[in-house]
Amino acid sequence: MDFLKDPLKLAADWLIGLMTGWGMPEGVATGVAAFLGIFVLIAILMVIDIFLVWLERKVVARFQDRIGPNRLGPFGLIQPFADIIKLLIKEDITPANADKVVYNLAPMLSMMSVLILWAIIPLAPNILGVGVDLNVAALYIIAAGAIGTLSIIMGGWSSNNKFALLGAFRQVAVMVSFEIPMVASLLIPTVLAGSMGMNAIIEKQNIWFFILSPLGALIFLIAAIAELGRAPFDMGEAESELISGYNVEYSGMKFGMFYAGELLHAFTFGGFWGILFFGGYRFFGLEDVSPFLSIPILLFKAVIGYWIIMWVKYTMMRIRIDHMLAFNWKFLTPLSFALLVVTALVHVLFKDAAPWVYGLSMFLSNLILGWIVVEFLRRYSRAEREKVEGPAKPAIEAAGH
Amino acid sequence: MTTAQIIFLVVAAVTLGSAFMVVTTRNLIHAALWLVATLFGVAVMYALLDAGFLAVVQVVVYIGAIAILFIFAVMLTRKEMRDQGPQLNSGWWMSALLAVLTFGALVSMLWGWKDMEKVAMDMPVGFDSVSALGDALISPNAFVLPFEVASVLLLAALVGAVYVAFNPRHGDSRK
Repeated sequence: MDFLKDPLKLAADWLIGLMTGWGMPEGVATGVAAFLGIFVLIAILMVIDIFLVWLERKVVARFQDRIGPNRLGPFGLIQPFADIIKLLIKEDITPANADKVVYNLAPMLSMMSVLILWAIIPLAPNILGVGVDLNVAALYIIAAGAIGTLSIIMGGWSSNNKFALLGAFRQVAVMVSFEIPMVASLLIPTVLAGSMGMNAIIEKQNIWFFILSPLGALIFLIAAIAELGRAPFDMGEAESELISGYNVEYSGMKFGMFYAGELLHAFTFGGFWGILFFGGYRFFGLEDVSPFLSIPILLFKAVIGYWIIMWVKYTMMRIRIDHMLAFNWKFLTPLSFALLVVTALVHVLFKDAAPWVYGLSMFLSNLILGWIVVEFLRRYSRAEREKVEGPAKPAIEAAGH
Repeated sequence: MTTAQIIFLVVAAVTLGSAFMVVTTRNLIHAALWLVATLFGVAVMYALLDAGFLAVVQVVVYIGAIAILFIFAVMLTRKEMRDQGPQLNSGWWMSALLAVLTFGALVSMLWGWKDMEKVAMDMPVGFDSVSALGDALISPNAFVLPFEVASVLLLAALVGAVYVAFNPRHGDSRK
């Protein structure tokens, strides 16, 4: 029964017991066990990453009315392995006058910034071996993003290529500016749960935070897509203008690191969306049965989030960079701060009321704020149109002509 | 030597080494990247001291914003990334003397401190340092006044930056 409740802890204890039996000091044994845990987690993530390539190619094919990979293996499942072999045996090119150390460091940092995010993802209620219940987890997401930003500017600059540099500049502009609505939207689950820890946020979601704060979930999703640099915010890559942006000079597995890092990043943010707003590993008490059930629940929610991110990517057009910056600074940032203030106010006013009163007032406040925003946008766009086209004619007069 | 001490010594050596590289390397972008390594070392120090919040904020603010801005500024303003001119000016010995004196003063002060050998207490289990910090920042008995003054100062700097950057001739097209 112990094995069903907490398999990882049991395995770690068994391993530590084995190593101390060999005469190893206990501190060293714990260190080795923790290292092995991290190693296994990263290995599993990399295998998931391989299948994400297949998933992404299949989904984009469906969106574009194609079949996608279908030659190798059932449903083309072996295709990603062929891709990997291709990437590994490709010639590894380093451009002339490239800054070699920085050039080689950038793909590693890019992959690392994604993998360290998994340190704080709670896979199941009581799995403590791998994940850490950090009490500043929400901010940790932003810190990991900062390292990702750094990797992009390093890759773009060290390639000694103007296209790469331009792509890096654009991408970093997007990432730095969308960090602000991201922080504000991360603070909404923090306010609702009263903690920045991921476990506490999940434990508090007897009602999904998506229902309490749909606007917050939407802002987080938009900021996450911008952070990922995926369409409609992919002006850093912009194939038609910049060829491929910051990673244009990378070939073989170094490009593969950027590419796989991006896919895993999208999957991870799908997971964070699930954790912060859709109850994480919880699903109607199913998580209490066994951690073997809660891990698939979390992964399932992550795949759903990843699918939504793909859905947006393959159906939206790229936004021009000045529109993107105006959208962020003049619209999304004020909106996210307004939402944060409203959420905090409603939380303070109703936190002692019955849960349904609290939930309803939270939901209604979001709805009202959303309605005000839509109304404001409608007025603004009408005023802009009138400036271009002249005042609109009244409907009756227009019908008479 | 305990594990914590070994980790501390390694991190301190890396931090100091990269700080030295920041001021000696000729390539400005490399200097900025060494600065990132230095700042990251400081963040690890905070983490070693159980100050998780400060460690994360150090990475977010210093690496995610300030270092990135440094790199941007260097890339946008310099044509040549390699710094030519002399690296030392004529007053170098004065700053060196000052640095040595300050270091000596600090060491002698710490040497005479009776609690030098004391080991810090472990945090009580379940102690939430983040909410303690938050309470301290807005509590009238603690730091609410410095906190608010600092935020007003930052706001003033923000408004000033917007004013300096704003070009009325082709800034606002709606006039």
